[in-house]
Amino acid sequence: MNTVIFRTIAPYFTSLMVLFSIFVLLRGHSEPGGGFIGGLIAASAFAIYGIACGVHPVRRALFFHPMAISAFGLTLAAASGLPSIAERVPYLTGLWVFPTIGGVELALSTPLVFDIGVYLVVVGAITSIALALEEREQL
Amino acid sequence: MEPALVLLITCFFTASIYLLLSKQVIRMLLGIALISNGVNLLIFTAGRLTHEVPPIIPPGALTPAVATANPLPQALILTAIVISFSFFAFLLVLSYRAFQELGTDNTPEMRVAEPVDQPPPPGGY
Amino acid sequence: MAISVSTGVDISRAMVETPLTAADWLIIAPVAFPILAGAILLMLRKRVAVQAAAANATLALLLVLTAALLAHVAGAGPQTMTMGRWLPPFGISFSVDLTGALLAAAAAAVAFACGLYATLDVDASRLRYGFFPFLLMMMAGVNGAFLTGDVFNLYVWFEVMLIASFGLIVLGSERQQLDGAIKYAFLNFVATTLFLIATGYVYGAFGTLNMADITRQMAAPPPGAPVATIATLYLVAFAMKAAAFPLNFWLPASYHTPRIVVSALFAGLLTKVGVYALLRVMVMIFAEQRGLLADWIALMAAATMLVGVFGALAQTDIRRLLGFLVVSGIGSMLAGIALASNLGLTGTIVYAVHSMVVMAALYLAAGIVGRRAGTFDLRGLGGHYAASPWFAGGFLLLAFSVAGLPPLSGFWPKLMLVKGAIAGGLSWLAAAILVTGLLTTLAIIRVWGFAFWRGGAEGIRDGAENWKLPPLAGGPAWSAYVSFGALVALSVMIGLSPEPLARYALDAAIGLSAPDAYVGSVFGGAR
Repeated sequence: MNTVIFRTIAPYFTSLMVLFSIFVLLRGHSEPGGGFIGGLIAASAFAIYGIACGVHPVRRALFFHPMAISAFGLTLAAASGLPSIAERVPYLTGLWVFPTIGGVELALSTPLVFDIGVYLVVVGAITSIALALEEREQL
Repeated sequence: MEPALVLLITCFFTASIYLLLSKQVIRMLLGIALISNGVNLLIFTAGRLTHEVPPIIPPGALTPAVATANPLPQALILTAIVISFSFFAFLLVLSYRAFQELGTDNTPEMRVAEPVDQPPPPGGY
Repeated sequence: MAISVSTGVDISRAMVETPLTAADWLIIAPVAFPILAGAILLMLRKRVAVQAAAANATLALLLVLTAALLAHVAGAGPQTMTMGRWLPPFGISFSVDLTGALLAAAAAAVAFACGLYATLDVDASRLRYGFFPFLLMMMAGVNGAFLTGDVFNLYVWFEVMLIASFGLIVLGSERQQLDGAIKYAFLNFVATTLFLIATGYVYGAFGTLNMADITRQMAAPPPGAPVATIATLYLVAFAMKAAAFPLNFWLPASYHTPRIVVSALFAGLLTKVGVYALLRVMVMIFAEQRGLLADWIALMAAATMLVGVFGALAQTDIRRLLGFLVVSGIGSMLAGIALASNLGLTGTIVYAVHSMVVMAALYLAAGIVGRRAGTFDLRGLGGHYAASPWFAGGFLLLAFSVAGLPPLSGFWPKLMLVKGAIAGGLSWLAAAILVTGLLTTLAIIRVWGFAFWRGGAEGIRDGAENWKLPPLAGGPAWSAYVSFGALVALSVMIGLSPEPLARYALDAAIGLSAPDAYVGSVFGGAR
């Protein structure tokens, strides 16, 4: 697996896949896509990078431990229900704001925050499993 | 369509029960992978099979324009897949670790937690 | 792309319109709060110093929250919050009645005591591995199972609890633990799969997963619905989770392998979640089918009690002995479900609370004994009475409590169950409960006699001068004794004044067998 061609294109490939995963995540609210599938795409990107260049560069590139990323996502997902307290509606109700930034109207919502949380949970959990398995292989 | 799927589910369950009754942990793992897929198919079939379009509401509308497939079984299956996947990943790592530590993947030989030759408890002192 | 709301769709028919009060947030708080705290602690798991303090503060707050929820539900009847504003049965409901609130409060009390004990029992490497985040996630799963009003959601919380418990059971990865964990994991997986199959059938038959909605539809089940099959599948699945005979073998094979505080948590909480699910699904939803299966459940109950206690009599390792006593207690709880009279169900609920407190306390006591003596083997134990009479006295109280002697917490539920069994015409079941009580006394008093009362280990003459137990080492000893003492005090308190608990449990039992208020809290209407 450790060919020159693969090692050369793997970083580009990985960045492309991560970019695509963010695209899938963001279009997920009203069209097919979302945090779970986006997270899977990003996790497979990191797995490919790990196969090509070894586990250590992936860990360095991620900077945070995958489990910490996962935990941050879980925090975000659970906290996305908290604005409901102020609005006096049930937990995890979708709340929207439409701020205009630079002439572009943005649709921001708590489901989006939840979805980003799910994305991070999936990225963190799957990456940590994949990296653990790849590490074992190299021993 | 339903009878065919029911037959398929039956095959899944039969094979997985056979594998789960095996003594080798690795076969039990295969059984677990099969039975989770069998259950997912079962939920899918229980949610009724229809030839409808995906349940996506077109932009600007609040209700779908035409009859769509029931999204709930799909959501249930997705949840079940996520859970069974994480379960399977955990069991795989656990079995591998247990094989390394215990030196066997034969369940009747795994007697570290419950030793065979335990003496009866003391009767008096 | 702002969405206009003027397309002629009446939102008020699909959404919850009434604004929420602060008290409503108590319904979700026991689940959301531990998840948040657990996730934050998981991020900080390298900071070993803050873990224990933060987690214990969380568990203390969780106890306050569940106690407040219990008081609220006791005053205002069953409460429901439906996620995301979608009206039930479309949104996922959290529906709390007295059964759920009572068990959640008891679970929080036990978890708080265990969290305190963990400051002694769990070392830095295990903290770094994430002991406390797993513990909080498990509490979220346990509370979620107690509080949810949706049967698929119940499955999800079971899994959350189970996956967190996997993390706890393999903490440290010793050989014994891996062996126990394999059996624990595989058999629990099979149980949850059966649960999922039954849930798939429920959706196919009823078109809904909301428990109140299913209960409502069970008045006139859809024609052709395989209701008896579903009920039987649920019975098998939950009996397996609760470790009822003949599906109990995973419990004594695994519960003695992890750290003792993990054993205490598991023995206190996890099997009771299975019992709770039986109460909710078999007694409330499928009441008629439970009637058809009642004889089998009664047989299962008697067999579980006796198999458990005979197993306990045959053990030399205290932890394994306690594992079998957990199984035996499940039998007593099943007896109440087999009877399903108000008296029987009250007995089951009180027994569940008693068993949570007492089994956790017994495991913690075993932990103290084992830590001081360096072994859990009855043959190598002795001299604990001489070393610390107060601790030994506390253990004796627990021993009487688990055996069901008055005036301790184990006596009252057994009295209710025996009376209920005789009133229900099942005197042989009453006899089985009494015989089990006698044999339990033998099993547990043997522990007291060997580990505490006699002067030293096997072969050491009574009163030998050179036999001395080392003091509790490896952490703050007070935390172990305080957590143990708190649970003993709770058991004594329940024993001396059982009236409040029994009243709650009776109301809970009535709420289960006549769930109008529960259904009403979900769909509006009669409270």
